[in-house]
Amino acid sequence: MSLIAITEVKKRFGDVEVLKGINLDVERGEVVAIIGKSGSGKSTLLRCVNGLEMIDDGSIMVAGAQLINDDLHLKALRLKVGMIFQQFNLFPHLSAGRNVMLSQMVVKKTPAREAEAMARRMLERVGLGHKFDAYPDQLSGGQQQRVAIARALSMQPMALLCDEITSALDPELVNEVLAVVKELAADGMTLMMVTHEMRFAREVCDRVVFMHQGRVHEIGPPEEVFGNPRTPELRQFLGAQLVV
Amino acid sequence: MMTFTLWDILRNLLLAARWTVLLSLVSFIGGGLLGMALLYLRIGKARAGQIFVQGYVELFQGTPLLMQLFLAFFGLGLFGIDVPAWLAAGLALILWTAAFLVEIWRGCVESVARGQWEASASLGMGYVQQMRYVILPQAVRVAVPPTVGFSVQVVKGTALTSIIGFVELSKAGTVVTNATFEPFTVYGLVALIYFALCWPLSKSSQILERKLNVAHRNH
Repeated sequence: MSLIAITEVKKRFGDVEVLKGINLDVERGEVVAIIGKSGSGKSTLLRCVNGLEMIDDGSIMVAGAQLINDDLHLKALRLKVGMIFQQFNLFPHLSAGRNVMLSQMVVKKTPAREAEAMARRMLERVGLGHKFDAYPDQLSGGQQQRVAIARALSMQPMALLCDEITSALDPELVNEVLAVVKELAADGMTLMMVTHEMRFAREVCDRVVFMHQGRVHEIGPPEEVFGNPRTPELRQFLGAQLVV
Repeated sequence: MMTFTLWDILRNLLLAARWTVLLSLVSFIGGGLLGMALLYLRIGKARAGQIFVQGYVELFQGTPLLMQLFLAFFGLGLFGIDVPAWLAAGLALILWTAAFLVEIWRGCVESVARGQWEASASLGMGYVQQMRYVILPQAVRVAVPPTVGFSVQVVKGTALTSIIGFVELSKAGTVVTNATFEPFTVYGLVALIYFALCWPLSKSSQILERKLNVAHRNH
């Protein structure tokens, strides 16, 4: 069975239907990029997968945890799938190490010592072992995002959702974050990422999903989606991306 | 005719100022505790609680404190409850203070970026955990300067209780004036004492604001 199963998902914001029946299965260890114009529903889809938005119809399952709007089910779902945000969203009143320790301690009730050991390991993994005691405002954007990745990893999720995680970064800081993501992919982490980094999507992803007007418009391996787009919408979208 | 020295006047005023300080403390602490309870309802998920607090705030912010004092003092009397002036004064000021503090604090909680809620939720935290470990620690920092600043309003608000006969600094001023016939001296001293109470508060509010803001360090 797929790790993430998205079935006939519909989502409305008021009168606007932003997701019009999405079907998408992500296998364990798969890296999926979601591309598309702004307003195509790609971020909304991602946010639905870990329950930051509720769906109006259809179902979302992650490793047996279903998206249902109550605290217990949401918590179960979020323990399976972590999320990284465009704006990092580190807790500014806590040091990098404490950021990574907090949720382990309050959600999983991990003892402080174990949580700290895990935090050090995870910060090491993203190349920031020496920044354990630094506060978010003492870190660059790229470093903050890497701490955010360490924070999500410390909960040992089965999948990670990345919502435009390099869009708020200065160009010279993008690569350090992508390098970390690439390593995660190589280690077999299941990733669903909304991204504008076409080159990265092409290099790292197993499948690329092109969303258009709330639907999955095209889907396939990157060579196919980028090399041989079948629909005029995708061709137009790719044409507007100078990178490819 | 008796004569009063300046010291006689000042001593009597200072004795009465103790009641102003005590009433301010009671109002501020009581109002703060009530304000916290109201804040819990106001930012909680229950719609009924939100509406109740909103109504409460509008009622107490939308009427003069003086009317609230009259109602607490005379209103309860209508039901045959004999309310002493100190009780009516304390009660009205506590309710009034809470109505302002809950709005100040709500603003502080809402000033915490939405991403903080989302990030903590995505890590599996529940509402209470989010509040306790992520939102409130940040909101408190924002809340300290305006809260200390508002305490000045509470101190000055106590002056109104003189009208229902509570003998604090202002009422003492009136009493002493009636004995000495030196209104300018007496009220001048009264004003100075209020200033001595309030100025350190507003000054510390300013300093705290600069300290917590300029560095913009949340730790």
